[in-house]
Amino acid sequence: MKILVGVKRVVDYAVRVRVNPKTKLVELKNVKMSLNPFCEIAVEEAVRLKENKAANVSEVIALSIGPKQCQETLRTALAMGCDRGIHVKTDRRADYVELQSDAVAKLFQKVLEKEEGGEGSGVGGAVDLVLMGKQAIDSDSGQTGPMLAGYLGWPQAAFAAKVELGEGGGLLVERETDEGTETVKINALPAIVTCDLRLNEPRYATLPNIMKAKKKKFDVYEADEMGVDLEPKNKVLEVFEPQPRKEGITVDSVDDLLNKLRNEAGAIP
Amino acid sequence: MNLQRIASSTSSRRLFSSTISRAVVVGRSSSSSLPFESIFGASTTPTINLNHNRYYNPFEQSSSSSPTNRTQRGQYTTHAQLPEEHQMIYDMCRKFADEELAPNAGKWDKEHSFPKDAVSQLAGLGLMGINVSSEHGGSELDALAYAIAMEEISRGCASVGVIMSAHNSLYLYPIDEFGTEEQKERFIKPFATCTGDGVDRTGVGMNIGCFGLSEPGNGSDAGAATTTATLSEDGSEWIINGTKAWITNAYESSAAIVFATTDKHMKHKGISAFIVPMDAPGFSLGAKEDKLGIRASSTSNLIMDSVRIPSNNLLGVEGEGFKIAMKTLDGGRIGVAGQALGIASASIDCAVHYALERNAFGKPIAELQSIQNKISKMVLARDAARLLTWRAATMKDEGSKYTREAAMAKLAASEAATMCAHQAIQVLAGMGYVTEMPAERHYRDARITEIYEGTSEIQHLVIAADVFKEYRG
Repeated sequence: MKILVGVKRVVDYAVRVRVNPKTKLVELKNVKMSLNPFCEIAVEEAVRLKENKAANVSEVIALSIGPKQCQETLRTALAMGCDRGIHVKTDRRADYVELQSDAVAKLFQKVLEKEEGGEGSGVGGAVDLVLMGKQAIDSDSGQTGPMLAGYLGWPQAAFAAKVELGEGGGLLVERETDEGTETVKINALPAIVTCDLRLNEPRYATLPNIMKAKKKKFDVYEADEMGVDLEPKNKVLEVFEPQPRKEGITVDSVDDLLNKLRNEAGAIP
Repeated sequence: MNLQRIASSTSSRRLFSSTISRAVVVGRSSSSSLPFESIFGASTTPTINLNHNRYYNPFEQSSSSSPTNRTQRGQYTTHAQLPEEHQMIYDMCRKFADEELAPNAGKWDKEHSFPKDAVSQLAGLGLMGINVSSEHGGSELDALAYAIAMEEISRGCASVGVIMSAHNSLYLYPIDEFGTEEQKERFIKPFATCTGDGVDRTGVGMNIGCFGLSEPGNGSDAGAATTTATLSEDGSEWIINGTKAWITNAYESSAAIVFATTDKHMKHKGISAFIVPMDAPGFSLGAKEDKLGIRASSTSNLIMDSVRIPSNNLLGVEGEGFKIAMKTLDGGRIGVAGQALGIASASIDCAVHYALERNAFGKPIAELQSIQNKISKMVLARDAARLLTWRAATMKDEGSKYTREAAMAKLAASEAATMCAHQAIQVLAGMGYVTEMPAERHYRDARITEIYEGTSEIQHLVIAADVFKEYRG
């Protein structure tokens, strides 16, 4: 099995984002960036599959689309256990402003074609499984995985909370939905699986693996030269901070509460 | 001024070496031709040798560094300048400390309990063999990576920091540096990954090591070791008698580096180093010390009553023990400096977060100058100590002599830690005095950094001795 994992470089989850008043977009300058938490879960799942002898994984490739700093994100994925990195270079803002899921899915498709055609520097042959986070925490669109599955005509299982090897070469995936857990049987690979929070707990990169990651190879492609129309299909008009929540008040009695709800908030007729 | 006159005057040649001559030509027009001596005084004034002559040329690297390990890099001064792997190590250690250590540090401190799972994870990450070569199971990283890792881990829990530091710099380093291949196979390999069956007292079973230099009768006066080691009649065993005091990791260790006098007449040149397995007959531990801080790490006496060890457990050459101890402490001081920086950083984080949230006089206390002055002093002290620590680590990695720089780093960092922790309590006021906030634990943890691995007073002596050596030429 050959696995491709999508890893996105996003604003770190702990950062309090600000909107730049001039550009009316999220300020990215000097802001701490890191590996998207859901993509990190996808990397962990890929590495676990590699460690599972029964899965017979030949290579795990990490793919990132973005500016040159994406190589740091790729190094983190390599330090967790991926074998090789692919960096598709573009300076377009990937937080839905200049690069959107549709274009990303098509770039993934092109990378998969290159791998099948033997252009990649690692183990030859087509990719059997694409893993990625269910959504990126900057755009929160969650569309790339399903769109890619649509373009490729591959089976997909999104929001995976558990992935098991199925009998006969497929996968058994438990999905988290709003109504509960749903089990999907993927009869045969290749397939796309997007990963949710409860799938696993990502490992810390060990020091020896951090050192080994330095020696692992990257393939670098230019996004503009991949034959994909990168223009966004939707235009982001403005980004603004939500209104700050007004402070609540405490009331002394139930009567007082009812009074306020009825007469001030208009919540009770 | 007439330069020819200066060059020919013999007294001036003593006063001004060639390197300083540029300072002489200062704003004097050539028309005034006063004799030199009348301007600068006769040579009865003490001559100052301004030829700043370090005992090695400041612009030439130590001859002990081979061309291959002589790095092209200068000093890294910010995290952003660090090479990629050091940044990744920083990120990983910081994440680990935030997620696994900081949430539990208070509990471990309160219960005085050894954080076995956390140390086990540390070993799995390669942090318990950080400088050891990969052929012996280590992570093969440099001193700078060690200093960075120590700071981030200690920021989460100072006790875990000292457990890691004593194991890495005080136990693994001397064996790695002075041990035979056979000793490394027995005493480094299982210890670099903390695997195998450890023979420690508490059944932790993790192959951790400790360092026995101090005794009840002498700490700073390391040369006065009263522990003795005598070779048995048939020469097959050493018999060690004596007590070591204040030993970190004693209860969880499977082996100890012990310093004992083999020849009393040679004074400090008669001290030798030995590797003593914890299960050697006659070896016992004193009661666990009840400490002010770093309570999750065990500290006790090592009591050796005719402990017998095989003769090939001698580390290095007989009589080399004092030198081994001093060299080991140089590197250990970088580790402790890292630990102190971690405590200082944790204190700063605590104080700053609190100052931004706590309101008084109608606004966050962060807007009050008194608080701003404190925060500024804390960050200044911590950053300065960090630069000194990184300098010492870089010099160690380059192969240069770094005794003075390591002492300066440890001195600065430990004083920064106590000051930052003290001020953090002050910023938190009442909240700083209760166990609900970590400030009081940082205060207690910080205190030891000025004491162990060379008290601040000893660091001053080390620095001064090196400075005088430089000037005496």
